[in-house]
Amino acid sequence: MPDALIAITVLWGFVFIYAVMATMDFGAGFWSMFYINHERTRATNIANRYLSPTWEVTNTFIVALVVALVSLFPKATYTLGTILLIPGSIILLLLALRSAFLVFSNAIPEYKKPLTYISGITGIIIPGLLISVLPITHGHYIEYGDGNATLNMVKLFTSPNEYAFVGFAISSSLFLSSLLLADYSKVSDEMDAYQVYLRDGRILGPISLLMAFLIMLTLKYEAAWLYNRMIDNMPLLWVSLGFFLLVGVGLYFPNPFAKGVRGMPRLTVIAATAQYLVASYVYGKAHLPYIVYPNVTIHSAFTDPYSFRVVFITYIVGFAILFPGFFYFWSLFMQDKRYLKKK
Amino acid sequence: MDDILIARSLFGTTMAFHIIFATIGVGLPLMILTAELLYQRTKDQDYVVMAKRWTKTFAVLLGVGIPTGTIAGVQLSLLWPGFMEVIGRVMPLPFQIEIYAFFVEALFMSIYVYAAERIPPWLRIVSLVLVALGALASAVLITNVHAFQGTPAGFRYEDGKFLDINPWAAFFNPSFYVSAWHVGVSAYVVGAFVVASVASFKMLKNSFGSRIYLFHQKALTLGLTVGCIFAFLTAISGHTSAQYLHRYQPEKLAAAEGLFETQSHAPLAIGGFTDRETEEVKWAIEIPWALSFLADNSFDTVVKGLHDFPEEEWPPLFIHTLFNGMVAIGSLLILIPLLVLGWKRILKRRHNPKWLLWILVSTGPLSVLAIEFGWIFACTGRQPWVIYRILTTAEAATTSKGMGTLFILFSGVYFILAAAVVFVLLYYFRKNSEVDDLKRAERKNGELYSTNT
Repeated sequence: MPDALIAITVLWGFVFIYAVMATMDFGAGFWSMFYINHERTRATNIANRYLSPTWEVTNTFIVALVVALVSLFPKATYTLGTILLIPGSIILLLLALRSAFLVFSNAIPEYKKPLTYISGITGIIIPGLLISVLPITHGHYIEYGDGNATLNMVKLFTSPNEYAFVGFAISSSLFLSSLLLADYSKVSDEMDAYQVYLRDGRILGPISLLMAFLIMLTLKYEAAWLYNRMIDNMPLLWVSLGFFLLVGVGLYFPNPFAKGVRGMPRLTVIAATAQYLVASYVYGKAHLPYIVYPNVTIHSAFTDPYSFRVVFITYIVGFAILFPGFFYFWSLFMQDKRYLKKK
Repeated sequence: MDDILIARSLFGTTMAFHIIFATIGVGLPLMILTAELLYQRTKDQDYVVMAKRWTKTFAVLLGVGIPTGTIAGVQLSLLWPGFMEVIGRVMPLPFQIEIYAFFVEALFMSIYVYAAERIPPWLRIVSLVLVALGALASAVLITNVHAFQGTPAGFRYEDGKFLDINPWAAFFNPSFYVSAWHVGVSAYVVGAFVVASVASFKMLKNSFGSRIYLFHQKALTLGLTVGCIFAFLTAISGHTSAQYLHRYQPEKLAAAEGLFETQSHAPLAIGGFTDRETEEVKWAIEIPWALSFLADNSFDTVVKGLHDFPEEEWPPLFIHTLFNGMVAIGSLLILIPLLVLGWKRILKRRHNPKWLLWILVSTGPLSVLAIEFGWIFACTGRQPWVIYRILTTAEAATTSKGMGTLFILFSGVYFILAAAVVFVLLYYFRKNSEVDDLKRAERKNGELYSTNT
């Protein structure tokens, strides 16, 4: 595999990991707000129990993502940095408010409600803006005057394709996070919360799928090159849909391992992640070799080859060292019954 | 204002706000670790209560430090795309490795806070050490990018092209060690004096000899001891940094000292303001020959003056005042703890008088101010360059327009965050007083740390 392709795979890996972690993170923040008056089911507590220790780690991935872009594709950084000044700044402002008020809401229980509302609402807007980076890279909202690229915000925010992406990001955040929290509730033996999140998953799954179809429909008119290349990979799109049906099985069928329990939440989380992974692979592959269509490709934006090798080695060494840390973290907060069952 | 100035103001505001939280975020873990170790040695519960309360403070401050750090990191690419393009090609390693440091800090911070009661004491210490190391490494690595901007290395620059790129040579650029060392130890100064400040304020508010007074007296002693040691180390490393300027960025040293004529036996101007018209430092105290000696350990050393450089490459002249402000505060922070020590040991007074406590209250804010002075001096002193003699700030800036609104928006959000974080800390610690925590610690049923989560 040529170096530039390895590099874009690493970058796309970060995009995907962050996308999954962030949807769960922002979604959980929203549910924590949504069920705040629903004390009996403890749905809010479950969301907070997941969120409190994980948000910092999730946040680190967005920095990792930007750093990967800078060090692997410096020229793309130049173009993206220039055109994303306004949307990027808005994301940063919302992210700052969201993270800070999330921490504040946990520090003072007396003001938990207003503070949670601030972090919940700002948080659920963020994925909608983050995903806008994708339609922006499709190229037709970018104008090139006197050698400098500028983003046409009016064109962006009057495009149905953009809104399909925004809707997809928000519904996916709620969908994936409700699946995760259903699983988390079940492991914590909070069956009331489990029922709540299972129901949310049943509602949001079809909505997310509908949004995905809307993306494809609008893409056909706005970025036909991308649409056609995605359709070339039809078999994989069917595989993705197959995983979605598997999520449905996990949501509706009785659990064969636990008597009287409907739903297999662990299966839904894994199948949904696989569904998004396959779909994002098809999207990413169709997008190649362009980072920003049509001027910036992975080859034109690629870093110095020697720098790439050095950076790639630090990735391998770094994550080899970090892996036990991640595992220990996971076992303390996702597995340990003493944490999960704390009242 | 032109676009470059707005972009600089925006980024400068972000950094000025972020470094308060970042610096305390590096300094405080060392204090927590010291308190934890003292507790494990002495079994004095006051220390575990200190560790607990500082950990809470740290966690709340991280709530601002992490998002503002994210802003700073992303804003680099948004506001200075030309700069990051070069950094991505030549100097990617510090950011790259900083990510791992950041991960280590985030993972073990969560473990220390949310699993404190479930893990054995030795693992708590290990987690805390990793948090402290992660924070320190982040600071050192980010500082390394700044070091590279002043003393770029690891490439050959010809006709606007970067050739023979060697990222590790760029990483170990000449001023890496000096800058990293100076920033690292100065962060510990801030952590220690912030603790000392709060402790002395509480001593003022509580009657002499009361339980709370004694609790804070211990914290004060701890803060002053750590603070004095690191203030001394900061002074030494600062001196080395200045000697590096003499060697690598002479016009920055000339502007910092307000020196216009190149000369041996150069005088040192302390204080005052540099006047561009008369080319002198007004209201300064001059010490003959001292600058030459400080620059390279000999009175014969020829120190370059600003006239050796074209005027459009002069750094702004106000950095002399910032530089002196930083040095003055640094010196005070060595002297004040010694004053307290003298008061106790030589004059044998047990009671700290009010005036002395008020001086001690000022040390925390002063130390933060010194950090601000230092960074503004270091970064504006490099102007007009973003990478010394390679890339100008103007060339690196974004071509986008309309940054005035962004500047207002970001400043507004920083203001909200600053107000909220102060409110949250005050509110939390009013609800969970020292007495509450001391009682919780005595009950030993694991209640102490759970009030942090």
